[in-house]
Amino acid sequence: MSPGFEARAWGALALQPPAAARARAVAATVTDPEMPMLTLEDLGVLRDVTVDEGGVVVAITPTYSGCPAMATMRDDLVHRLRDAGFEDVRVRVELHPAWSSDWITDRGRATLAAHGMSPPGPASRPGGPVPLSLLPRRRAISCPRCGSGEVELTSEFGPTACKALYRCLTCREPFEHVKEI
Amino acid sequence: MSHDNPSHASPDPSAVGDHESVYDGLLGGDPSQWAFGTATYEPQGEDPLAGVDTTVPDGVDAAALAAYCLMLGDDALVMSHRLSEWCSRAPDLEDDIALANIALDLLGQARLLLARAAAADPGVVPVLPEDSPVPDEDALAYFREAAEFRNVRLVEVPHGDFAHVVCRLLLFTVARLEVFTRLARSLDPVLAAVAAKGVKELTYHRDYAGRWCVTLAQGTEESRRRLLAALEVLWPLGAELVAPTDVESRMAEAGVGVDPAAVADAVDGVLDLVLAESELERPADRPLGGVNGRTGRDGLHSEALGLVLAEMQVVARAHPAGRW
Repeated sequence: MSPGFEARAWGALALQPPAAARARAVAATVTDPEMPMLTLEDLGVLRDVTVDEGGVVVAITPTYSGCPAMATMRDDLVHRLRDAGFEDVRVRVELHPAWSSDWITDRGRATLAAHGMSPPGPASRPGGPVPLSLLPRRRAISCPRCGSGEVELTSEFGPTACKALYRCLTCREPFEHVKEI
Repeated sequence: MSHDNPSHASPDPSAVGDHESVYDGLLGGDPSQWAFGTATYEPQGEDPLAGVDTTVPDGVDAAALAAYCLMLGDDALVMSHRLSEWCSRAPDLEDDIALANIALDLLGQARLLLARAAAADPGVVPVLPEDSPVPDEDALAYFREAAEFRNVRLVEVPHGDFAHVVCRLLLFTVARLEVFTRLARSLDPVLAAVAAKGVKELTYHRDYAGRWCVTLAQGTEESRRRLLAALEVLWPLGAELVAPTDVESRMAEAGVGVDPAAVADAVDGVLDLVLAESELERPADRPLGGVNGRTGRDGLHSEALGLVLAEMQVVARAHPAGRW
């Protein structure tokens, strides 16, 4: 074995972790198209970033089955990674395990609150029969603007698939709540 | 105020150079945030199963798996279309938004299930010209005839009033949630993942329908009258959701699907809860018959489906080479 080959082989190996880390760092800056204050990482949608001979492979998972933002997320990831010098970028979908609002990071929750959106409480554990709930879901949440706990559910469905609508009974302002799933 | 010295300079469209656009500001200085028409690269395909291993599990009949996925996918697709027709017609804005959200979730489920059907057995996908840009799940949605659809008739029948859509949604979501809860343990990992995700969405849909059912039943005399009328019309159609076909039975035996007959008791249990809370009698069971034993799952539909498809498919069929 020639020293040159060995050096190249070691060089390739040594290159691996930093490239993956750099790709991961770049992918982590891409934001959600519908909640642009949140990165895909903080939303828990970015599942994996790996680098192999073929290029960068990014795994993302949809928040809801019909999430219309998936195509934009995919394009944004490809674009941002290409701008950072990664020529071959593939984005794959990871369906299992299904996304949970529990995956939103603490930083993501703080960012949501700072932008007037109420972050989700703990999601119920999957598996087993799902109980029917004929009364409005009770959530211990507070108004992201004035902090009052006196809030009222307007609708379990909001401007995007992942949000419910509330209004504050103290400051009278409406606000959005990211739903538990 | 002098026109010669405006306090704010107004934009001068002629000042836009060859390589600038008046819309540049919309990009916010981030070149990765492109607007439609400004993309400088070819966007990737939008395969909803990109990178997902769609290998059919050993010993599973791929054609039957595809047929099974079409049943679950077509239920969601047609129901989604019917719900979307409610947009701007609900009693208030919140319910417009709710129905549109539910329609979107179901459209997402349909897309994944139709893509799964196509991946399991490409033979189910309508043949389009070789250079067609239409992805498989769209070909299935837009280029099949009514008799090739495998949805139950409950999802296709014409609209009534708001009580009618509440009642239709209740019957649909109660059965689908029971099926999906069990389907999350399917031996087909793709189907299991789609179902596990669907359970979370359907939980919200079923609660919405159940709460409105109680509200209408316990509301005014008029709202109760309307709900009773809707139940009367739709109840006979609910039976099809729990009547097994050969494909469903075979898929259940293979551990891939769920036998709808096996969830019938659970479905009844949930419906009884809603009826009790609504102080309503359970309507008599008189399932809508088929023709020579054939129903929606066999491609035997009411004429309403043809009209639904005519509207749903017209644009795709008028532009089979269109890129969207």
